[in-house]
Amino acid sequence: MTETPVIRIRDLHKQFGSKVVLNGVDLDVKAGESMVIIGGSGTGKSVLLKCILGILVPERGSIEIDGENIIGMNRQDRKEILKKFGMLFQGAALFDSLPVWENVTFGLLAQKKVKRSEAKSVAIETLRRVGLEADVAGLNPSELSGGMQKRVGLARAIANKPEIIFFDEPTTGLDPIMADVINDLIVECVKEVGATALSITHDMASVRKIADRVAMLYKGKIIWSGPCDEIDQSDNEFVDQFINGRAEGPIHMELLKA
Amino acid sequence: MLLGLPVNRAFEHMNFLGIIGRVTLQFLAAAGRLGLFTAHAIIGIFSPPFYFRDLGKQMLAIGYYSLPVVGLTALFTGAALALNIYVGGSRFNAESVLPTIVVIGMVRELGPVLAGLIVAGRVSAAMAAELGTMRVTEQIDALVTLSTDPFKYLVTPRIVATTIMMPFLVIVADTIGVFGGFVIATDKLGFNPGIYVEKTVEFLEKIDVIASLTKAAVFGFILSLMGCYHGYNSKGGAQGVGVATTNAVVSACILILLSDYFITEMFFSS
Repeated sequence: MTETPVIRIRDLHKQFGSKVVLNGVDLDVKAGESMVIIGGSGTGKSVLLKCILGILVPERGSIEIDGENIIGMNRQDRKEILKKFGMLFQGAALFDSLPVWENVTFGLLAQKKVKRSEAKSVAIETLRRVGLEADVAGLNPSELSGGMQKRVGLARAIANKPEIIFFDEPTTGLDPIMADVINDLIVECVKEVGATALSITHDMASVRKIADRVAMLYKGKIIWSGPCDEIDQSDNEFVDQFINGRAEGPIHMELLKA
Repeated sequence: MLLGLPVNRAFEHMNFLGIIGRVTLQFLAAAGRLGLFTAHAIIGIFSPPFYFRDLGKQMLAIGYYSLPVVGLTALFTGAALALNIYVGGSRFNAESVLPTIVVIGMVRELGPVLAGLIVAGRVSAAMAAELGTMRVTEQIDALVTLSTDPFKYLVTPRIVATTIMMPFLVIVADTIGVFGGFVIATDKLGFNPGIYVEKTVEFLEKIDVIASLTKAAVFGFILSLMGCYHGYNSKGGAQGVGVATTNAVVSACILILLSDYFITEMFFSS
C-alpha cells in the first residue's frame, strides 16, 4: 500500500489573461520530506505556492492536502486547512505596524493558542530558536537588517508548529554567509518541528543544503523530479543548464526564439 | 461597402463602437467589483471575529488625530462665511441674518462637506497607501497563511471606525465653525454676543443636526470604503500604490459631493 502524499497536485492550470503560467503541473510531496522546486524567474513557482494556499484560484486541476481536495473548498474548511501551514515569504512580509513579538505570535494569537499576556515570552523563546536575542522582540521590523527580518519571518512560520512549511526564495537578497545561516536554520527548524517542507528557489547552494527531493518547473510543467543527490546525473539538458548556470543551452535558445 | 458605408468608414464606426463597448464593460466590471467589495464590507461588520483592539486603534488614528485639521478648517471657514454674509447682507440692509445663515450653512452643509473632504484627503489616502503597500509586499498574503481573513482584519475595522468617528468630527466642525462666525461677528462686526447666540439657537432645528450627522456617517463610510477598496486591490509596485492613493482620494471626494446633494434633497427638498 502506497503512502498518501501530504501534497498531491494533478493537472494544475493557471493563466493570467492570455499568459499561461501553469500548464498541467503534477507534483507529490511526501510526509516529512523537503521538496524544492527550482526554475527560472517567471516560470510560475510563486504562483504554484499561491494556488496551494488558496490566494490564487487555478482554472483546472486538483490540489489535495492530506487526501482532501482544497479547490472549491468553503471558507471555513479552508481556514482549518490553513492552520496546518506556515510560510516564509521572499521579503519576509513582516507586518510593519506591529512589533517583532506580535509578528512572531500573530498566528498563535489569531487561533487563540496563547493568551496575549503570555505571547511575548512565547515569541522570545521562538526567536531564540532562530538565533535572535530577546531584545529583538520589542523592535519594529523596519529596525531589522534583511537577515534578521528573514529570521523573524522563519520564527513566525514555525511558531505555530505547522505540519507543512513553505519557503519562498528564502535566501534571495542575502549575502552568502547569511544565506547559509538561513539554510541551516531551515534544515534545523523543519527537523525540529517534524514538518513537510516545500521550497522554491533558484539558489543552487540552498537547494543542495535543504532539499531531499528536487523538481524543476519549466514552461508551466514539472519537467524533472528526483532525489537531490541525483540532480547532477539527471540526463535532462534543461536541468543541467539550470543547475550549472550556463547561458548556452535549450532554455536560452527558447528565449531567443521567443 | 459594409453596413451601407465605404469600407474604411465602416471600420472607423466599428472601432468607435468597440471603444464604447469596451469602456462600458470596464465600467460595469468595476461597478460590480466595488458592489461586491461593499457587500463584503457590510457583511463583515456583523459577523465574527471582531477585532476590537484594531477598531480602537483606528478610531484614535482617524478621529482624534483628524481633530486639529478639521477644527482649523471649520474655524476659518466659519469666520470667512460670517464676513461674506455681512458684506452681502449689508447691500439689502439684512446684516441681522448673519447668525442664522452661519449656523445653517455650517451645520447643514459646510461642516459635514469640509470635514468629509479633509478627512478624505487625510484618511482615504493613508488607508490606500497602507493597504496598497501591504498588498505589494505580500503582507496581505501573509495574513492568509496565518489563518486570518485579511478583509475582516484590515478593511472592516477601518470602515466601522471611520463611520463612527465622522459624526463626532462633524459635531466638532459645526461647533467650531459657528464659533468662528461668532468671534468675527462680535469682535469685528459689532454684533451683540447675547443676541447672536440667541438667534443661533432659535433658528437651528433638530432636522439640521440630524441631516448633518447623517451626512457625516455616510461620508465616513464612503471615504473609508474608497481608501480600502483602492488600496486592497492595488497592483504593481510603488507606482501602483501611488495610483491607488490618487484614485482613493479623487473617488472619495466625488462620491462625497454627489451623495451630499442626494442627502440634502432627501431632507430638505420639500
